Amino acid sequence: MFGFGYALVPLYDVFCEVTGINGKTGTISKEDAEQMLVDDNRVVTVLFDTNMREIPWEFTAVERTVSVHPGQLGEATFVIKNTSDREIVGQAVPSIAPTQASIYFNKTECFCFTQQTLAAGETREMKVRFIVDSKMPARFSALTLSYTFFALPDANSVVKVAEQSERIKI
Amino acid sequence: MSEAVSHEDHHDDHDHKPTGIKRWLFSTNHKDIGTMYLVFALIMFFVGGAMAMVIRAELFQPGLQYVDPQFFNSMTTVHALVMIFGALMPAGVGLANWMIPMMIGAPDMAMPRMNNMSFWILPFAATLLIATFFMEGGAPAGGWTMYPPLVLQTGDAFPFLIFAVHFLGISSIMGAINIIATVFNMRAPGMTFMKLPLFVWTWIITAFLLIASMPVLAGAVTMLLTDKFFGTAFFNAAGGGDPVLFQHVFWFFGHPEVYILVLPSFGIISQIIPTFARKPLFGYESMVYATASIAFLSFFVWAHHMFTVGMPLTGELFFMYATMSIAVPTGVKIFNWTATMWKGSMTFETPMLFAIGVLFMFSIGGFSGLMMGITPVDFQYHDTYFIVAHFHYVIVPGIIYGVIGGVYFWLPKWTGNMYDEKLGKLHFWISTISVNVLFFPQHFLGLAGMPRRIPDYNIQFAEWNMISSIGGFVFGLSQLILVWVVIKCVRGGEKATDQVWEGAQGLEWTLSSPPPFHSFTVPPQVTDASAHS
Amino acid sequence: MFVKKLRNFIRGASIPALLLWAGSAFAEYGLNLTRGVTPISREVYDLHMIILYVVTVIGIAVFGVMIWSIFHHRKSKGAVAAQFHHSTAAEITWTIIPIIILVVLAIPATKTLIKMEETGDAEITLKVTGYQWKWKYDYLEDDISFFSSLDERSNSIRKGESEESPEDYENYLLEVDNPVVLPINTKVRILTTAADVIHAWWVPALGWKRDAIPGFINDNWTYIEEPGIYRGQCAELCGRDHGFMPIVLNAVTKEEYEAWKIEMKNKPAEIDGEKLYATHCSACHQSNGQGLPPAFPALAGSPIATGPLAEHLDIVLKGKAGTAMLAYGPQLSNEELAAIITYERNAWGNDTGDEITADDVQAAR
Repeated sequence: MFGFGYALVPLYDVFCEVTGINGKTGTISKEDAEQMLVDDNRVVTVLFDTNMREIPWEFTAVERTVSVHPGQLGEATFVIKNTSDREIVGQAVPSIAPTQASIYFNKTECFCFTQQTLAAGETREMKVRFIVDSKMPARFSALTLSYTFFALPDANSVVKVAEQSERIKI
Repeated sequence: MSEAVSHEDHHDDHDHKPTGIKRWLFSTNHKDIGTMYLVFALIMFFVGGAMAMVIRAELFQPGLQYVDPQFFNSMTTVHALVMIFGALMPAGVGLANWMIPMMIGAPDMAMPRMNNMSFWILPFAATLLIATFFMEGGAPAGGWTMYPPLVLQTGDAFPFLIFAVHFLGISSIMGAINIIATVFNMRAPGMTFMKLPLFVWTWIITAFLLIASMPVLAGAVTMLLTDKFFGTAFFNAAGGGDPVLFQHVFWFFGHPEVYILVLPSFGIISQIIPTFARKPLFGYESMVYATASIAFLSFFVWAHHMFTVGMPLTGELFFMYATMSIAVPTGVKIFNWTATMWKGSMTFETPMLFAIGVLFMFSIGGFSGLMMGITPVDFQYHDTYFIVAHFHYVIVPGIIYGVIGGVYFWLPKWTGNMYDEKLGKLHFWISTISVNVLFFPQHFLGLAGMPRRIPDYNIQFAEWNMISSIGGFVFGLSQLILVWVVIKCVRGGEKATDQVWEGAQGLEWTLSSPPPFHSFTVPPQVTDASAHS
Repeated sequence: MFVKKLRNFIRGASIPALLLWAGSAFAEYGLNLTRGVTPISREVYDLHMIILYVVTVIGIAVFGVMIWSIFHHRKSKGAVAAQFHHSTAAEITWTIIPIIILVVLAIPATKTLIKMEETGDAEITLKVTGYQWKWKYDYLEDDISFFSSLDERSNSIRKGESEESPEDYENYLLEVDNPVVLPINTKVRILTTAADVIHAWWVPALGWKRDAIPGFINDNWTYIEEPGIYRGQCAELCGRDHGFMPIVLNAVTKEEYEAWKIEMKNKPAEIDGEKLYATHCSACHQSNGQGLPPAFPALAGSPIATGPLAEHLDIVLKGKAGTAMLAYGPQLSNEELAAIITYERNAWGNDTGDEITADDVQAAR
């Protein structure tokens, strides 16, 4: 029965991959992105949403929405501002809705790939470059990309977080 | 205590058993350990029941009357944990301990010392859990499902909760290993697998489910522990984790757990119904296959407990279809039991009444289960009293009735005395009326929009809550009749014959009532005629 | 109040009255799922009714056979047991028929489910954020944002601070201070997320509920066809006051919605320390400042609320790790925090005389 339990693991792997059940967005290299077929016949609107948890920053999306053709590289700008009087390290966590579409949403560049360190009062403009896979079914005409910034207590925990995000990708 | 009455006059074999506290503390005897399991389960049934009474008292009318909302949440949380891990599972293991060696023609369980240990872990685990009520921050109040991040807000009770769950899990796994070892190695000559009584079959399958799913729960709660105390972020979005991951892992355990609880009850009524219909069980083979397929499918339906977390459409469809498909083997079982009664020559002693109660009321729970398997409609039902009504119909008249039926069925065998039939019937009828008054109105409450796990509600929900509470109080009190019947039966009464019931078939009924301390010292030869059918 | 409770008890306990009441209750109170006010909610209702009828018919058939058997095949009537124990034909039949029924049920269910996921082409995007224990609504296109929590009347009744009892208030626990307003005949996308623990946003009239999960975003949509006030509650256990964070949705015509938007944008931020305290703090620390020790400490006479200002500002702004005390820095403005802290340091006999300004708060951030 233990064997049975282990035998199920690859099955669940495939299952999660196909259904995108863990809801995380993918990453893609710039080269691959440029080679992707562009589907000019339809437009996907991506809405940007920003949240902060336990972090004294301002975090806004410059554009509320961006419309792209599937396969075309899109770009969005976000601004973060540290309103406190000390240096703070933050980590952004992305989330896509509808979840089913997350497997078709890939980023070549994102401020969420690394932690952000802002000095007291510092403002930073950050870019996200993304590409929506042209294989995405047509029923997804609008996506929401939501970022939540969390404060990281100190430098050590950053390493820990990086290790864990590796581990989480079971 | 049961055998203490007298059975020297029945046997003259070598019953060297220790006396006093040592008999119980160091017991390696399957019957004594079975008795301890059952007594423990009964005590926990009343502990958990007392918590349910607090819940129903608070919900008797709108407004906060008796308890603080936080304590109310502790009540619902600990009620569920105590009932599932303290009452239902030990009751099932207790019956298995008592009956399996007798049913397969063995002298005892295969691993008697482990049997002792797996029982004695339980009181410690239960103490850990109950002790949390006296801790800073109170008992766990995040729901028995322990969803993070809420459960991480538990106070000092948190590590105690985790370790209690670990211990309960270890105990169940040891019990399961023992049962598998016993059935695989200690069957009497001629007792092939397809001749095993159905109770034994359901327990083998349950034992495999336990071994496959309890470690998953242990892993999940350990991850909670490290998230809280060692800075990991398995379930914390800030660290790249995912709170929903816990729900996936938990329900990967949790759904098989439902069948861990219910399959032994199915096994018991598969023994009772043929006995009182005086007719062999209909479709023995299909019963075995249906049980096995229910168990197998139970690993693929976990996410129907969490349709509203925002899964991708493909996932929702997959889990909807898988959930609906479980209705097929479950239906086969219900139809087989009905066909067993059909053209039988039935009598309605208390065990049969409880078994018929399971048939009817488990079906009601099954019907509402099918309804909530339909994902789009579950978006309405989810986390309302409709769900509460559903799983209580499955658990109380489905599982607890099976266990109580089994106790009445085998009590004369265990004690050598017949129980008081009048009191038994009284217990059945009061319980059955009150359990329906208790849980049926909760369907209406849920459909009308009452969420579960709330201590107070709007006036529009007042009437059905009051009726439900009245049913609850009556049901709770009527279980005292069971205690009285058991005590009375242990103390004496009309002597039971070896076969006890006219239609009883199987090895356990060839032993004396009460049976000798070591069930079968000489293995019996099993033939087609003496097997189940 | 006591007399009323007693009367209710007697009414509940006397069986004839109970039966009489049960007859009339069918009209007065919901026994069934609501049909709701959106195309989806009606489809969900229809699915619910179809499957309810299906299981009722199956139930009548199966229970009928059981009951017939129980009455006719009993020993006391001289029934002699047949000895059959197998019938391949019967077993195949009762495997196949349920499969067919299930497939037939699965088809409309699948169709509805696919429709529910079509969140594109929405005109308005409403973001719902669950907090312990209130909701925050953000109208993303219009930059309108506000908190919505249990109304004062319900709150004082449930805390026993009011003369009224729950029976006196029709909307007890189903009313909020700031309802969420949406236009009818408009496709609205509703995003759900949470700040602390998992919540679930549920308005039965819309036909669905969806979990609000911290760090994740879920989407759903609705298209309300009838104006009206629709009430719901949080549906996922989220701690002590899970039962006290209702949802009130006010569906209005498009014109009224436009007017409401203008009113919201022009509304000066209301800054009243006591009111803000009631909204954001009193769930745990209680309106009398006594808290609920040990989980939620008292503020009246507490070392923090009467001690050094810096510590007070720090805990309010940054929260306290490992407890339910959230960081309010990111949630509230400097002005609002200054008002709350000023109130806390002067209410319930704390009387420190401190006046905190928005600049003080900014300096502590």
